[in-house]
Amino acid sequence: MSIRVEKVDLPGIGTRHDVVTKSGRRIGIVSHRTGERELAIFDVHDPDASSDSIVLTDGEASALADVLGASVMLSQLLDIGEHAAGLATEQLVLPASSPFAGGVLGDTKARTRTSTSIVAIVRDSRVIPSPTPDTRLESGDTIIAVGTRSGLDALARLLNNGPG
Amino acid sequence: MNESTLLLVEVGALLLGLGFLSRLANRFGFSPIPLYLLAGLAFGDGGAIPLSASEEFFEIGSEIGVILLLAMLGLEYTASELVTNLKRSRAAGITDALLNALPGAAFALLLGWGPVAAVALAGITWVSSSGVIAKVLRDLKRLGNRETPTILSILVIEDLAMAFYLPVLSALVIGAGFLAGATALVIAVLVVSAILFLALRYGRVISALFAPHHAESLLLGVLGLTMLVAGFAQQVSVSAAVGAFLVGIALSGPVAHNARQLLSPLRDLFAAVFFVFFGLATDPSDIIPVLVPATFLAVLTMSTKTLTGYRAAARAGIGVPGRWRTGFTLIPRGEFSIVIAGLAVSAGVEPQLAPLATAYVLITVISGPLLARLPEARWFRSAIGRQAASEFARRKAA
Repeated sequence: MSIRVEKVDLPGIGTRHDVVTKSGRRIGIVSHRTGERELAIFDVHDPDASSDSIVLTDGEASALADVLGASVMLSQLLDIGEHAAGLATEQLVLPASSPFAGGVLGDTKARTRTSTSIVAIVRDSRVIPSPTPDTRLESGDTIIAVGTRSGLDALARLLNNGPG
Repeated sequence: MNESTLLLVEVGALLLGLGFLSRLANRFGFSPIPLYLLAGLAFGDGGAIPLSASEEFFEIGSEIGVILLLAMLGLEYTASELVTNLKRSRAAGITDALLNALPGAAFALLLGWGPVAAVALAGITWVSSSGVIAKVLRDLKRLGNRETPTILSILVIEDLAMAFYLPVLSALVIGAGFLAGATALVIAVLVVSAILFLALRYGRVISALFAPHHAESLLLGVLGLTMLVAGFAQQVSVSAAVGAFLVGIALSGPVAHNARQLLSPLRDLFAAVFFVFFGLATDPSDIIPVLVPATFLAVLTMSTKTLTGYRAAARAGIGVPGRWRTGFTLIPRGEFSIVIAGLAVSAGVEPQLAPLATAYVLITVISGPLLARLPEARWFRSAIGRQAASEFARRKAA
């Protein structure tokens, strides 16, 4: 489903982007030409008025975008399991005790050993989609893998205890 | 004390005082313009403490102030914003001009001031203050509101209209007659169109004259170009202010962005000097006899301005509370009204025009921001509640 983002020019100030949610609420982002950003929440009773506006710094805006982006990506990935029979998706957290923590993804040889596929790694609310064999693994990473039930169980054992 | 020592003392004391006034205005969240005008009244001819040595400084400073006000306005807008707005909000702009300029003109004729003063007063009541309104929108956290683009587009149209209005007025006030006024209008249309065309097509070429990241050369260069073009514009009777406005528009990209930041302290200084000078040149005792007509004119044109905003917002599909917000927000008149009055008075059009414009701007610039808060009051909300509900039902049915 595509979401309509409305762009409005604010001459002399910048632009505003609006999204109207499914529940009928309106959220706007005012981007000032000076680089300042404001998040505007619109009033329920007066849909033309922003009942509150929050000024965001560059860092805050990009952190917010990351969190929202990451959570959307996760829920899309977790949906896969519902659509393909026999396949499941699982999120596994890499423990500090794992022999692979600090190494690279290729070390696990997960695809060969367990026939599962690691589709993404989430680190500090950042998503690394389609990691390559030389993507680093750190303790605390959430590893998103797709595979059969038994394959995923094998992967969990592999990540926790190493091969063998 | 000799002349130059006295000049330092007078200018220094006045600027220091203005600094405190501006701080006071900021504390209470309103525009410093009315306070600057009052300060000028207090120190001018017939005021409490007349200045002697610094008149000339304030006179030259105020001319630079007008040029900088307009140049900054031009820098705020890009050429493409102006052109899109001209296409999209033409109807609202014409309604705005008719509803707000005509009462001013009619009023001047009624007072028996003659046609040139009528054209000047029409301009004074027509143009809202983009500076004051932008600040009100920011202070009331309404930049994100859906009616804000409507408000801004009316301001843009008005500011652009000034590029045609000021040359006509400049021609009329020097007594050149309506034929010369028409010639000035034709010249202005040609020059403005040419500048907009150049800015859209070759904006980068003009901006390439300056190095955007070298502050000193940028400041001197942009200020120099602005004053040079303003001078030439004055010479061909297009009005110095319009020349400065067009320089602002012609610059774009990082040059415009950085020039805006460099020039804005200068603008603040010289704009304050400009408002003070206007007050200096006005005798406070002249204000009392025009107080009643000024109040009447203010109430009349505040209502027509509210109607303008209300209708423009309705056409943009804004709900009832937002339409009232649009109308009330557009009320304040400010820098342009004073620029117009200054232009007319310095040419000796109608001596009463200056006190009338001062009182008029004081009334609208103080009551406007207060009225803009009205739609948030509970009693106002409930009063328009019924109107809003029936409107909502009608919109839903459609």
